[in-house]
Amino acid sequence: MSTATKDPKTRGKAPAGEKIADWADGRVGLYSLAKANMRKIFPDHWSFLLGEICLYSFIILILTGVYLTMFFVPSMAEVEYHGSYVPMQGVMMTEAYASTLDISFDVRGGLLVRQIHHWAALIFVVGIMFHMMRVFFTGSFRKPREINWLFGWTLFILAVFTGLTGYSLPDDLLSGTGIRFMEGAILSMPVVGTYIQMFLFGGEFPGHDIIPRFFVIHVLLLPGIMLGLVAAHLILIIYHKHTHFAGPGRTNDNVVGMPFLPIYMAKAGGFFFLVFGVIAAIAATATINPVWVLGPYRPDQVSTNAQPDWYLGFSEGLVRMMPGWEWVIPGGYTLNFGLMIPLAVFPGVLVLIGLYPFFESWLTRDNREHHIAQRPRNAPTRTGLGVAWLVAYGVALVAGGNDVWAVNFNLSINAITWVCRIGFFVFPVVAFVITRRICLGLQRRDREKVLHGRETGVIKRLPHGEFVEVHEPLPREALYTLTAHDQDRPAELGPETDENGVRRKVSPLERLRVKISRGYFGEQAQIPKPTSEEYREITSGHGHH
Amino acid sequence: MKKLSVRRRHPLAALVVLLLALAATGGLYATLAPADEAQAEASAQSLAIEEGKKLYDVGCSSCHGSGGQGSSDGPSLTGVGAAAVDFQVGTGRMPLQQPGPQAEEKPVVYTQAEIDQLAAYVASLGPGPSVPNESAYDPSAGDAARGGELFRTNCSQCHNFTGQGGALTHGKEAPALDNVDPRYIYEAMVTGPASMPSFPNSTLPEEEKQDIIAWLHAVNTADSPSPGGLGLGGFGPVSEGLFAWTFGMGALIAVAVWIGARTAKARKS
Repeated sequence: MSTATKDPKTRGKAPAGEKIADWADGRVGLYSLAKANMRKIFPDHWSFLLGEICLYSFIILILTGVYLTMFFVPSMAEVEYHGSYVPMQGVMMTEAYASTLDISFDVRGGLLVRQIHHWAALIFVVGIMFHMMRVFFTGSFRKPREINWLFGWTLFILAVFTGLTGYSLPDDLLSGTGIRFMEGAILSMPVVGTYIQMFLFGGEFPGHDIIPRFFVIHVLLLPGIMLGLVAAHLILIIYHKHTHFAGPGRTNDNVVGMPFLPIYMAKAGGFFFLVFGVIAAIAATATINPVWVLGPYRPDQVSTNAQPDWYLGFSEGLVRMMPGWEWVIPGGYTLNFGLMIPLAVFPGVLVLIGLYPFFESWLTRDNREHHIAQRPRNAPTRTGLGVAWLVAYGVALVAGGNDVWAVNFNLSINAITWVCRIGFFVFPVVAFVITRRICLGLQRRDREKVLHGRETGVIKRLPHGEFVEVHEPLPREALYTLTAHDQDRPAELGPETDENGVRRKVSPLERLRVKISRGYFGEQAQIPKPTSEEYREITSGHGHH
Repeated sequence: MKKLSVRRRHPLAALVVLLLALAATGGLYATLAPADEAQAEASAQSLAIEEGKKLYDVGCSSCHGSGGQGSSDGPSLTGVGAAAVDFQVGTGRMPLQQPGPQAEEKPVVYTQAEIDQLAAYVASLGPGPSVPNESAYDPSAGDAARGGELFRTNCSQCHNFTGQGGALTHGKEAPALDNVDPRYIYEAMVTGPASMPSFPNSTLPEEEKQDIIAWLHAVNTADSPSPGGLGLGGFGPVSEGLFAWTFGMGALIAVAVWIGARTAKARKS
């Protein structure tokens, strides 16, 4: 090998790997690409892997989806079933449903792949929610990551709609009821509802177009957009570099962790197979959407326990909570508030989530870059708002399954609905107050620990008879970790008058901003973190208790 | 023979022949005529009714009235038929433990013989559906596919796709149908207990009832096949979503914590 470096003539004898790399570098610029990215650092923390769960379940969804596409027939033409599932033999059904039964019973590995696909879809969206929660509660959406928050948020919405269209494809009684629900939702839109319904279904419900159209949307349109967004999401992560939690040596200007190659490549690769393994194990042992017992969709049939997959349970719950109000306005037009209001709340909430980073940057006027993930306790109002939203979401999910809870816990469905109606407004407020107080309590605890050290549980008796507990000062690293965060100051309105004594004009928006900012960062909303002066004064010798 | 020939002209001979003839006719009649048997059965029936009445007076009359006429606490039993009694008492719903949204299933308190006596008494109050023959509800004689269609048209809106049960208003419910004796399913269809509508043979012929029972037998008994694995209760997306959030995400987060804790640095120290 040493001769190779000495003598330029022996370059042709380079190993095959180097030759291939050279070839590729001459054509795609591999070396600079690899140099820039191979040593990319990723910090270690379990919560930073939640996004990877989403990525891997997305890959699993694409792989299994391709397999299912080979056998699924997206057609609403009617056929008589003659496959191997006896309790459906002789029943008239669409080709879509018949081919789903064939995938389940007559295609090798079909049922397992179908179940992996469906379980992976549920877990994909659960993963997205957990990932979003992580980003939200640690403030990782702050500058420069607002755009990436929007990419992720769009992916979340697209994932829900890809799920909805996929859930509808088998054309079984459950999914058909879901499509019927969706049709009702579209029809409840004033003015344009009927037009959109006719356009989407190609005529009256159910028609013959909806399954083929959903098929194209489900296998081509939405996954195509999502794939592009996933790529953009990942490129931005590499561009911004990953956030990390504060600690000794971990600052806003660096990232401490392991390099992408070889460590993270191995970890991520292993994690992919673990995710695949967990999902495959679930799919191999637990039934999901047993279409064979649900029967083919017929508009004259319906079953109880007809719910959408969980990620649309929120909208289902909103509809189930809403009283069925309806007005007929002059001219004979019906306004169905029972559907209209919940289905306006649903996108409204989504928009609020998408815009939150911009709201917070408007509020703080903070133009710095943030690469340190905050601890949720250090942003009590944001954490409180997040938990309040989760509680409202949970209440709507419970309302969406009110019949299942009623049967299994021997409750009255009316009572559950009323608890949810009131709880949807009351519980989030309670949760906000409690969460903020818990955060403040934890901040006090941190302050206490920094200034007085850890309680050792050792009781000492002093010469004059007093009993004290021995506190052990925290190590320097821990002190740094607990005090590394910034604390935002509440915004000030400024002097009432300018230097000439003329009343300053302050826009109402600015007044509002100052008001909200006080609520977020005022005295009652955070505990001042200990300063080094305080620390020195307390630890300078004379006995703290 | 001498004796007979001497006496055959006896003035009472005709009378003796007449008596013999009457006895023979009567004897033959007694052994061959069905009237007597009916009488015997009728007496057994009346015995059952009588016994049933005694049981009724003790266990049922406080709500349903001393003669089955009903009261403010319980409906009239005139015309409900033996099938209703066999269903309500045989599944433990009656006698009622306490007033509530709906009669709960409890351990059965009467023996089958006593239930038959109660049924006989209630059936005697007015004509109603009788207990079906076993051949009427044998699941193996029905067509499950056709039964499935009938079930989805008539039953699943309350009982769920495969009869896992569903909620009705104010704490009432359509009970789960797993492992229910086919006889009781049949009787429920005929009599329409609690909130359930009744499906007499004029609206749902006998063989269609049998098809429905065959469908339930195919999809909702302990030995129905479950090709997908664990059924998760058969409640559809709610239980599936719950499973994904708890077991699915729980396992994945455990894996993430494990991977996250396993850094190259940790191995060195």
